[in-house]
Amino acid sequence: MHRMFKVSSASSNKEKAKAAISKAATSGEDLNLDTYSGTSSEQPYQADITQFPEDTKARVEETGVVLDADAKRAGTFIQIDNTTVHSSSMQEGIEVLPVNNAMEKYSWLSDYWWNAVPVDTDKYTANVELNQHSGYFIRALPGCKTIYPVQSCLYLAQTNLTQNIHNIIIAEEDSELHIVTGCASPSGDKAGLHLGVSEIYIKKGAKVTFTMIHNWTSGIAVRPRTGILVEEKGVFLSNYLIMKPVHSLQMNPVARCIGENAVVRFNSVLVALPGSSMDVGSRVILDAKGSRAEVVSRAISTGGEIIARGYIEGNVPDVKGHLECRGLILREEGMIHAVPELKGTIAGIDLSHEAAVGKIAEEEIEYLMARGLTRNEATATIVRGFLRVDIEGLPAQLSATFSKAMEESEKDIM
Amino acid sequence: MENGLLKINHLSVEIEGKEILRDITMSIRTGETHVLFGPNGSGKSTLLMAIMGFPKYKVTKGNIVFRGEDITSLPVDERARLGIGVSFQRPPIVRGVRTQDLLRACLQRQYSEEELNLLAEKADMLDFMNREVNYGFSGGEIKRSEMMQLLAQNPRLSLLDEPESGVDLINIALIGNLVNELLEKKLRIHDRTHAGLIITHTGHILEYVNARTGYVLINGRIIGEGDPHEILATIKERGYEKCIECSR
Repeated sequence: MHRMFKVSSASSNKEKAKAAISKAATSGEDLNLDTYSGTSSEQPYQADITQFPEDTKARVEETGVVLDADAKRAGTFIQIDNTTVHSSSMQEGIEVLPVNNAMEKYSWLSDYWWNAVPVDTDKYTANVELNQHSGYFIRALPGCKTIYPVQSCLYLAQTNLTQNIHNIIIAEEDSELHIVTGCASPSGDKAGLHLGVSEIYIKKGAKVTFTMIHNWTSGIAVRPRTGILVEEKGVFLSNYLIMKPVHSLQMNPVARCIGENAVVRFNSVLVALPGSSMDVGSRVILDAKGSRAEVVSRAISTGGEIIARGYIEGNVPDVKGHLECRGLILREEGMIHAVPELKGTIAGIDLSHEAAVGKIAEEEIEYLMARGLTRNEATATIVRGFLRVDIEGLPAQLSATFSKAMEESEKDIM
Repeated sequence: MENGLLKINHLSVEIEGKEILRDITMSIRTGETHVLFGPNGSGKSTLLMAIMGFPKYKVTKGNIVFRGEDITSLPVDERARLGIGVSFQRPPIVRGVRTQDLLRACLQRQYSEEELNLLAEKADMLDFMNREVNYGFSGGEIKRSEMMQLLAQNPRLSLLDEPESGVDLINIALIGNLVNELLEKKLRIHDRTHAGLIITHTGHILEYVNARTGYVLINGRIIGEGDPHEILATIKERGYEKCIECSR
């Protein structure tokens, strides 16, 4: 059984990070950190979220983050480059703070620092530890349930910058937290590197839905590093959507069910346009009796490359996991590599997977054409259906955000 | 005035280089329902698919005229939009696409949610609206779904490929009602704007739907034409082999 905390000191984290600063990640293009700059100009704090420049606002809103004064949100966090430019909570019992402020406020928070993600995972986690500037701290107090989602946006504007972000999310016992987080960069093809560490702690009986929408551009490299610890009867639902170009994206969040009857579900929708390279997976480790995992990914290539990974490991009896990887290649030059993996280390577990990579069957297109749809309309209908993963457990408003982001990106696919 | 909706003139059709239909000629006027009989493999479905215009079915001779326009080289979707609809015997499963999404697409016009629900209710498909198209449907459910889609599409000419096959007795009456509604059977023939061509292997559908003309298709050729009930009686009594002899 894993304990939630393995306390390590700040100095030992720094030492481990220094030792790992050249350590390549286990997959994905090995980026040269020296080609990016770590220093960024300070951005002014903006207390009124409606006052952002129009072009920034438009890009941010594409990720599902709403910057209206009357937006129904439990809180908002916005970071531009390496500066927190807005942070507010609108519901009692929900805390939204820049993570460094939270560290000053709560001495116990250091226990959560690098506990769900090892600091020496690779050079990217190491770089975040050594050069971290900001990131968010979002916490739901015991029993507190968000009515509306907390929204966050991490915006990478400065050319060639490395964004070094460390986020902490804590859902205390029996709380419920819905988070929608959008990451974006301004239109164009500027280079940049987004490094985002997110550690998510779900206590006994708590539930977190984490919906992440990425709106990058063709020059941006992205290396999120996410770890989730789920205690007894805790629930973690992740919905991830990327339908915009990206230079290179590699991530493989790891969720560990450490309490009995914990539940984890990852839904990922990946669309690789020409020039995009993605290596995206989800890992679930079932370490407690009765815990369950479901990993579902839908990948579409219109010319880009996707490696869609899924991994479920069962280490105690009476655990159950299912993995589903489906890919569609819509253009000649696309590539999808599905890598579903299951590992059982004990008797009495139930793990399964299904994977398929192919094209849209001509028979299905013709079937819809016989109902009067043009070939393009028929293809769009089938693609839309393919991408419509079951986003169960999502509040209606978040579900609408997810659908809207999908609809807005459809024109790029077709 | 001859109110010809569909005219097929000396049509020959091949699939992957193999001739399936030869020298088919028929004419269907608005308001009429015609029935196509024939043993398995005789080319009945091929004729329907060729009228609908699926690319696999290649017209090598003759032509198809619909509402005065030669549609022989038009793609499937254009024929559908001109007013031809087909119910498939074995339609494909379309994963991810919900039955209601397809139904909405079939309407191709402004509609209300009430209208949508009414269609589903008529076809006893309300419980299937959120299910993926044809995924895990029974034989009867597939037919009801097909008829529901056609009612939404509301084509001038309906091509029905064995609407009663694999359907139990309760459902067959329901299917019969849906076919009658589609073909405006409540109206007098001169007031109708729709027509139908129905493939039947067993003839059961004729107990529910009136038809004017029947054809017997054997080995890709029409070998007989006449009153559908008489044709069915002959087939039942003597089998298709005798029909071949009769036609000689």
